[in-house]
Amino acid sequence: MIVDGVLDAGGARDAGVAHEAGVAHEAGGALEARAACAGADRRQFLRAAARVGGGLVLALVLPACAPKRAASGISGAGGASGTGAGGAAGGQVNAWLKIAGDNTITVLVDRSEMGQGVYTALPTLLAEELEVPLTAIRIEAAPVGDAYINVGNGGQVTGTSNSVSDAWDKLRLAGARARTMLIASGAEAWGVQPADCRVESGTVVNARGERLTYGQLAEAAAKRPVPKDVPLKPTAKFSLIGRSLPRLDTPDKCDGSAEFGIDVRRPGMLYATLAQSPVLGGTVKEFDDTAAATLPGVRKILQTPTGVVVVADHFWQAVKAREALKISWHASADTAALDDATIRARLHKTLASDPGKAARADGDVAAALRASSSVHAATYELPLLAHATMEPMNCTAEVTAEGCDLYVGTQVQQMAQAAAAEAAGLPPERVRVHTTLLGGGFGRRLEIDFIPAAVAASKAVGAPVKLIWTREDDMTHDYYRPPASIRLDGAFDAGRKLVAWRFHSVSPSITARFAPDTPDPFDSVVEGAANCPYEIPNLSVNYTRQEIGIGVGYMRSVSHAINCFAIESFMDELAHAAAKDPLVFRTELLENKPRHRRVLQAAAELGGWGRTAAGHHLGLALMEGYTTVIAQVAEISVDQGALKIHKISCAVDCGQMVNPKIVESQITGGIVFGLSTALWGEINVAGGQIRQQNFNTYRVVRQNEMPEIAVQLLPSAEAPGGIGEPSVALVAPALANAIFAATGQRIRALPLAAQKFVKIA
Amino acid sequence: MQTLTINDQPTPVDADPETPLLWVLRDHLGMTGTKFGCGKALCGACTVHIDGAPVRSCSVSLAAVANAKIVTIEGLSKDRSHPVQRAWIEFDVPQCGYCQSGQIMSAVALLARTKAPTDADIDAAMAGNICRCGTYARIRAAIHRAVELSRATA
Repeated sequence: MIVDGVLDAGGARDAGVAHEAGVAHEAGGALEARAACAGADRRQFLRAAARVGGGLVLALVLPACAPKRAASGISGAGGASGTGAGGAAGGQVNAWLKIAGDNTITVLVDRSEMGQGVYTALPTLLAEELEVPLTAIRIEAAPVGDAYINVGNGGQVTGTSNSVSDAWDKLRLAGARARTMLIASGAEAWGVQPADCRVESGTVVNARGERLTYGQLAEAAAKRPVPKDVPLKPTAKFSLIGRSLPRLDTPDKCDGSAEFGIDVRRPGMLYATLAQSPVLGGTVKEFDDTAAATLPGVRKILQTPTGVVVVADHFWQAVKAREALKISWHASADTAALDDATIRARLHKTLASDPGKAARADGDVAAALRASSSVHAATYELPLLAHATMEPMNCTAEVTAEGCDLYVGTQVQQMAQAAAAEAAGLPPERVRVHTTLLGGGFGRRLEIDFIPAAVAASKAVGAPVKLIWTREDDMTHDYYRPPASIRLDGAFDAGRKLVAWRFHSVSPSITARFAPDTPDPFDSVVEGAANCPYEIPNLSVNYTRQEIGIGVGYMRSVSHAINCFAIESFMDELAHAAAKDPLVFRTELLENKPRHRRVLQAAAELGGWGRTAAGHHLGLALMEGYTTVIAQVAEISVDQGALKIHKISCAVDCGQMVNPKIVESQITGGIVFGLSTALWGEINVAGGQIRQQNFNTYRVVRQNEMPEIAVQLLPSAEAPGGIGEPSVALVAPALANAIFAATGQRIRALPLAAQKFVKIA
Repeated sequence: MQTLTINDQPTPVDADPETPLLWVLRDHLGMTGTKFGCGKALCGACTVHIDGAPVRSCSVSLAAVANAKIVTIEGLSKDRSHPVQRAWIEFDVPQCGYCQSGQIMSAVALLARTKAPTDADIDAAMAGNICRCGTYARIRAAIHRAVELSRATA
């Protein structure tokens, strides 16, 4: 299904099979895929759709063969300088590893670094088997290439918190195969058996104690056949994996030298802004640039499908000239009539009138609800949210007669390539994507909407162009986290045992927009709900798609963060209805889920469940997401009606960890992200326009608003799970449950600050 | 043409006097360590020192800094040896890293006027610097650590 045998056709639809196929083939696959592509002289497009349990589904149009030059390495974060393989004596051993003649070891990282630590974690996996210290590794962002497809996401995609799980076998195997090839080359040079050689600190050593460095052997090694059966180190032998080694990207992020997309500089580069319709989705009707065109520095003003681009010598000149444009827009009357109330009414109406499609149906929920004399119901509402990455959207494009170089912080290299190709009128293989560091991703950079205008502008002026969105552009033209209305019904039997659970959510579909050909009608929208761990004999999960006329996008923790608020709040409601302690109530529903019980118990102990300080109150939440099991306890007090958050405690079983310190950072960071959305996160719509423009009205947590956060990472032999996203989802329900414990007020909508009885201290 | 004093260097700049200092630094001078986050002095990503005080460079015009002494992240040290940078590296503070130039500049300014800040001092001095990755706890710890490192080198 994907690219010349990297995956077989049957594999892509089934996560398990696809994963195996990928692992078995990947490390060698790079070389094989390149060989297969070498003779290809036609453009091929393949559609890949792969599904990973509970995760994102993508259907991407993929160029079949990576650009030929890509395999020889275009530098990534540095972007502008093609580093090559570092001299004739070195070589590119496989898709992820280049060893130069001077022994410089470069790992090409095929996932985008957006803070989650892939530029450290992924090289650690390879270095473990290559038997080199992590500090010996240099990082380069991988180009677009078939070898770099993320099996779980069906494309070269950084998302769904699966970078480590995708790489876990693949990069260790790449390291082990490279090591085997280096040893074989050394043995050949000495005329001895490989079995009589070993590796040590970046050298191959023979029985006589003679040494050849990896750099001396790389060129020969790269020409060897890729060995098939290479054993991987057992866990007990790990020397790098599992240790909290320093991040490789830290030093450059402490002196201003780290290069984000917005920092890219090219010779002769011009700057651009894009004027977009204030009413979402609008297009240019006509514009008058008479005044703008005369302003200093303005080079070109051009219309593109999404707006009007101003190109100038400097960014500030482009901003000022944009202000001088007179543009009238075509906007749909439906969109122009949208506001918060109409959006909410649309979701409510559908929730009341449409039962939705079943994503899961255990037992007979309807009968169980009818039979019960103790039935409970509640409806929860969640607002639209913006991603608000610290680095606003931007892209630098350099279109020449020869092709297009794209310098961009992106989570989707192939889609970026395809978008640029279309805008430039070039075949995709002539677009080289240089992935920079991302100043935050959170799913926003899964979108490619900020790319085409930069390409069009560069093509129009014949120079490199850096197009930057202002914060206001960014906040008012996001693909927003979808709003949702969720109804839950629960019923007890005569013995106060929970016997029925009905979950029904109504929300726009992200995937229907992002990947319209996706065969699965549910995708991420029922995540956290369809795999709800609680053992309830009659359980149903339904979803109704209700569009709202605003583009919605994947945002960190995606639907987990929506569904978990409803599920864990309602679980708390039911516990109180059953007059049971919320911890005990949940534990009783997890009889056959020891992993979940262990995490729940650990969070309870960490959070001081049952031994709270006077005046303090606790709320609990549990979730399984991204194959990680996680629980949180929020500790709050309410003084004269004002909420004070004292502590968020979090226990996590995310399986085996590459770098526990980075895991902890991600869990903590996710909690902070979840805290911002729980407390203040809300995008309001009026007249089809987004009301929030900047951080004064789209409030996020600041240093002085931070509660204490305690994280416990539980030792685990499970397969590596996701860590970038899950912790986001539990903050809101844990807080809402704590507020109920403190006040008896049940919160069924977010953000907390918008609820009448919540005042935030 | 105007000459600014940036990181102790006289630096000629040819730009509209109304241009925000941020864009003078980034576009005209190629000093991209100072980041654009909001353009309205709301996020702190563009923090630099003007005559020793932390200032949001997105909201100060070129004309306003004609006679000032400007320090940017690039001017803190040549080798990441400033105690705040050392503490940041020791604690692996950054995640995405985009806000960290501004965080570091605010922290350096805090320590310049308050040798051993309390948590309340840190709250007050750092509240203007947003981090969406949520590195706040490590920022706080690293500021305390930088105090120790400063003492050791003093």
